[in-house]
Amino acid sequence: MEKTIKKSSLTISENGLEKKNASRRLEVLKTYKIYIGGQFPRTESGRYYIPTNAAGKKLANVCLSSRKDFRDAVVAARGAVSGWSGRAAFNRSQILYRMAEMLEGRKAQFIDELIQQDSTKAKAEKEVNLAIDRLIYYAGWCDKFQQLFSAVNPVASSHFNFSVPEPTGVVAVIAPQGDSLLGLVSVIAPVIAGGNTCVVLASETKPLCAVTFAEVLNSSDLPGGVVNILTGKPSELATWFVDHMDVNATIYCENNSDTQKMMREKSATNLKRIFFYDKINWYTDEGQSPYFIMDTQEIKTTWHPVENIAGAGGGY
Amino acid sequence: MPVTKERIVLPDLPTGQAGFSLSPRIDQVGVEERASRFTKRSIKNEAKMNGLKLVLNMIDLTTLEGKDTDGKVKQLCYKAMHPHDAVAGIPTVAAICVYPSMVKVAKKALGDSGIKVASVATAFPSGQAPRDIKIRDTKYAVNEGADEVDMVISRGKFHAGEYNFVFDEIAAIKEACGEARLKVILETGELGTFDKVRRASDIAMLAGADFIKTSTGKIQPAATMPVTLVMLEAIRDFYYKTGKMIGMKPAGGISKSKLALHYLVMVKEVLGEDWLNNEWFRFGASSLANDVLMQIVKLETGLYQSANYFSVD
Repeated sequence: MEKTIKKSSLTISENGLEKKNASRRLEVLKTYKIYIGGQFPRTESGRYYIPTNAAGKKLANVCLSSRKDFRDAVVAARGAVSGWSGRAAFNRSQILYRMAEMLEGRKAQFIDELIQQDSTKAKAEKEVNLAIDRLIYYAGWCDKFQQLFSAVNPVASSHFNFSVPEPTGVVAVIAPQGDSLLGLVSVIAPVIAGGNTCVVLASETKPLCAVTFAEVLNSSDLPGGVVNILTGKPSELATWFVDHMDVNATIYCENNSDTQKMMREKSATNLKRIFFYDKINWYTDEGQSPYFIMDTQEIKTTWHPVENIAGAGGGY
Repeated sequence: MPVTKERIVLPDLPTGQAGFSLSPRIDQVGVEERASRFTKRSIKNEAKMNGLKLVLNMIDLTTLEGKDTDGKVKQLCYKAMHPHDAVAGIPTVAAICVYPSMVKVAKKALGDSGIKVASVATAFPSGQAPRDIKIRDTKYAVNEGADEVDMVISRGKFHAGEYNFVFDEIAAIKEACGEARLKVILETGELGTFDKVRRASDIAMLAGADFIKTSTGKIQPAATMPVTLVMLEAIRDFYYKTGKMIGMKPAGGISKSKLALHYLVMVKEVLGEDWLNNEWFRFGASSLANDVLMQIVKLETGLYQSANYFSVD
């Protein structure tokens, strides 16, 4: 065939001029959005901020969440409580394990983001590995902590009396600023392992991993609304995290004594529990324990009448 | 040009007796666009507080379940009279809406509180019963003490084009109501198009309805803003033509305060302030009341509220 064009004839130039002028491919950058009710909306306020790393490099345009985003997230979290706490503990365990699997699969991306945010390669690898292991750790606890912390109580009447831990409900979390992935995972995992749902404010200065972690959650069979992740400033949102009447517990991971004092005071309005995880080294064993699960559990005691067969002279 | 079925049917109607055959066609895209505009108004705090109280005062607190008991109705009546005693200055709701068999219980429980008792009637919610049974149903409700009757139209007959049947039925029920005000439920979710909603609205108003109401709450979709807009415009046109005011009651699917405030904006901009009271506008709802209460308390205290601190009913 005469008209066949040889592949080699398609090369554009001989002197390479066009090649030099050909436009460079633009990187497609990710929009870092927030995670509410299983969706990735932008902040309702339309505001954003630009965190930088130590070298002054701009990391991304990140949503500066408003109190209305927080309110929406609490509504989503409240809606998810009955479904999530109603699941079999074993199923929650499976889902936490699945989260670890997904995180493992995207390890490289997390390491890359941590390095962008001033970590070293070795340290970033260690942090991601530990985060994965931590999810596995709490996946294991999902259907075991109840036995450990439940009790059958001796009572003097003819009742079967037992106490069991039950999830408190919606937990609002202000995550650690420093260990932006490991800290986040270490705080979220025990909360949801126990059957609670949560609204989390990610590290203000290092928010990238939190948003990417939301994508992991989104592909892990975790029902929408169980974990909601916001980005923004704790200084702006902290009061709402303790003010909201529909939040049952608040966890604050920073060592700001003014904020802690404010939280102690405001939590009185609906007697929500507050916890300060401000002196915990998430890299060591003190960073993982079933007692973290118990922080957001309530002990419910049930009196179940049983027939006192001997006393009643035999009822059957 | 193809002749549609409706164009054939309409001229056959006795237009002299009932002008509804001349109901205008509705521009669906236009109505939806217009309705969405009402959701974009900025409502500042003071207006919001007044609006929320007005919404609460316009609610027909409703329980229409097969499992309703005297106890449930009494409890709902208490809720109607005391929506949230923890905060001063909160109005009562407009009415309690129940089945005919519960009217007496509700009437007694409400006493002289001034809250009306509305009763659904005419084989609610399907309306599939002979006319004499519907009339007896209505008379029973009125004799039990109902101040208002919520009837359903025969949607099957309406779809079959038997508009005269629908007209006569509404007129007959209106007669059976006596002093009680009649709300006519069009069940817009079963009508299908805005043209039909408009025609059904016109039929109801001409036949003597005091209120027109969107839905039973048993069918989805129930009340939406566009369908309510179509009905409000029908009311407006009827008022211009006859000088007679007709009330409007969207029902079902309005459970958030924000949406309710959008409805108030719509009523004000379509019909004006004369309709902005519970004499002429009502919300048929059960869960809306608590959301409104939560927003009122939020405005008073500055704290976002939890449903845990509000009575269920």
